[in-house]
Amino acid sequence: MREINCQEITDTVARLCIEANYYLGEDVLDALRNAREKEVSPVGQAVLDQILQNVEIAAQGELPLCQDTGLTVVFLELGQDVHIVGGDLNEALNEGVRQGYQEGYLRKSVVDKPFSARVNTRDNTPPVIHTEVIPGDKLKITVCPKGGGSENMSYLKMFSPAAGKQGIIDWVVECVDRSGANPCPPVIVGVGIGGTIDQTALIAKKALLRAVGQPNPDPEVAELEAEMLERANKLGIGPQGFGGRVTALAVHVETFPCHIASMPAAVNIQCHSARHKEAVL
Amino acid sequence: MPKKITTPLTDDVIEQLHAGDAVQITGTIYVGRDSAHKRMIAALDAGEALPLDPKGQIIYYMGPSPARPGRPIGSAGPTTSYRMDPYTTRMLEQGLKGLIGKGNRGPEVREALKKYKAVYLAAIGGAAALIADSIKEAEVIAYEDLGAEALRKLRVEDFPAIVVNDIYGGDAYEEGKAKYHVEG
Repeated sequence: MREINCQEITDTVARLCIEANYYLGEDVLDALRNAREKEVSPVGQAVLDQILQNVEIAAQGELPLCQDTGLTVVFLELGQDVHIVGGDLNEALNEGVRQGYQEGYLRKSVVDKPFSARVNTRDNTPPVIHTEVIPGDKLKITVCPKGGGSENMSYLKMFSPAAGKQGIIDWVVECVDRSGANPCPPVIVGVGIGGTIDQTALIAKKALLRAVGQPNPDPEVAELEAEMLERANKLGIGPQGFGGRVTALAVHVETFPCHIASMPAAVNIQCHSARHKEAVL
Repeated sequence: MPKKITTPLTDDVIEQLHAGDAVQITGTIYVGRDSAHKRMIAALDAGEALPLDPKGQIIYYMGPSPARPGRPIGSAGPTTSYRMDPYTTRMLEQGLKGLIGKGNRGPEVREALKKYKAVYLAAIGGAAALIADSIKEAEVIAYEDLGAEALRKLRVEDFPAIVVNDIYGGDAYEEGKAKYHVEG
C-alpha cells in the first residue's frame, strides 16, 4: 500500500490545468504543421498559419491558447494499491481546478442550474471526473479542458447491428459534415463503437486523449479510422470551414464489446486546440 | 490584401463587402454572447433602452479569459454563432450592422442580413491569443454579474476577420466547401 497525499493531487491538477491551456502538445503541433503542408486552399493555409502563430504566442505563458479554457475533464487511473490520505479525493480535484483556473488567468466557464438560472460557479468547478481502478501503486491524472463549441458537436446513435461497418462510417462522416465550421476545424474526431449508451460516449472522449494520428493498435480498427479520415477530408469543409482539404487532423476510434442486440456509437469532436496534459504520481 | 474598415459601419461600406473578403476592423466594437443577448432581448421586450446604441455597430460573440495585470484583455477568440441566431433578427432591427463569431448561421439570419443590410464575419476560432493583440482597450459596460459573458466595449486596431455572409446572399462557407469538395 502506497500513500498519496491530497495536497499533491491538488497541486498537480492545478499545474496541469495551466499547462494544458498554454502549451499545445507536440503531437498536435506536428499534425497542424503537416496539415499546413497538405492544405491547398489559400484561405486554409492562411488560417493554419495563424493557428500556428497563436500556439507560439500562447507558449509565452501570458495568454491561453483559446479564451474557452473549457470545462475540465479529469481522467484518473488509480492503482488499487494506492491509499489516498490527507483529505477527500473529489475535493482535492475541485481545489486543483479552482487554483489552476485562478492562478492561470483561465476563464471560468461552468454554470450550475443548467436549464434555468445558469449561475456561473465562478471557479470552473466542478470538473467531470472519470476514475478507472487498475493494478499497481500509482495514480495517473490526465486533465483535459474541453471547449463548449466542439463539445456541442457530439452525436450518439443506437445502431441496429445490421447497419454494420458501412453504416457507422457513413454516419461519422455525416456528423463531421453537419458540424461544418462550428467545432473549429481542423478537428480530431473521437469515435466510440460498442458498449452501452454511457460507455460508448466515454470511449469516444477517451479516444481524443491518444496522440494525434496514432492509429488504434487493432489493424481492423486502424483501417476503419483511415477510411473515415479520408472520407471526412473529401467533404471540403477545410480549416475553419472556409474550404480546403484538411477538415480533420485524425479520426480516433475506440471499441468495446456490446449486447447481441446493440451497436451503440458516439462521436465527440475536438477542436484543433486539442489540450490535455497528464502526470503520474 | 485585407480591406480596412472602420466602425461605425455605413451602408456604403457594407455594399462593398463580399463573402470571402478578408477585412481588418479598426474602431469600437461591442462584445456580447449568450446571456447578454438574452438580457438585451428581454430589455427590448420590456420596452427598455439597451445598454448600447446598436446603430451602425458591430457585436462580437466572445467571452474573454481574464486579463493579466497590464493587459486590456485575456485571450479573445470568437464563440460559435448559431446560438445567437434566435436573438439576431431583433438586434438587426435595431440598426446593428455587423456580427462577428464563427460557424454557420441559420436561414433566418441570412435573410435578415439582406433585409437590414448587415454582414456576418468570422474570426479564427482558437486563434484567441493572436486576436488579443488587436484589442487595445476593453471595458465592461453592462451585466457585470455575468463575468465572462458581460457586455463589453472594445477599441480594436486591425482586428482580423473574414466576411461569411454578405448582403447579396453570399456564404463563404458554402462557396469554399463547394470548391474543395471531392465526390466519393
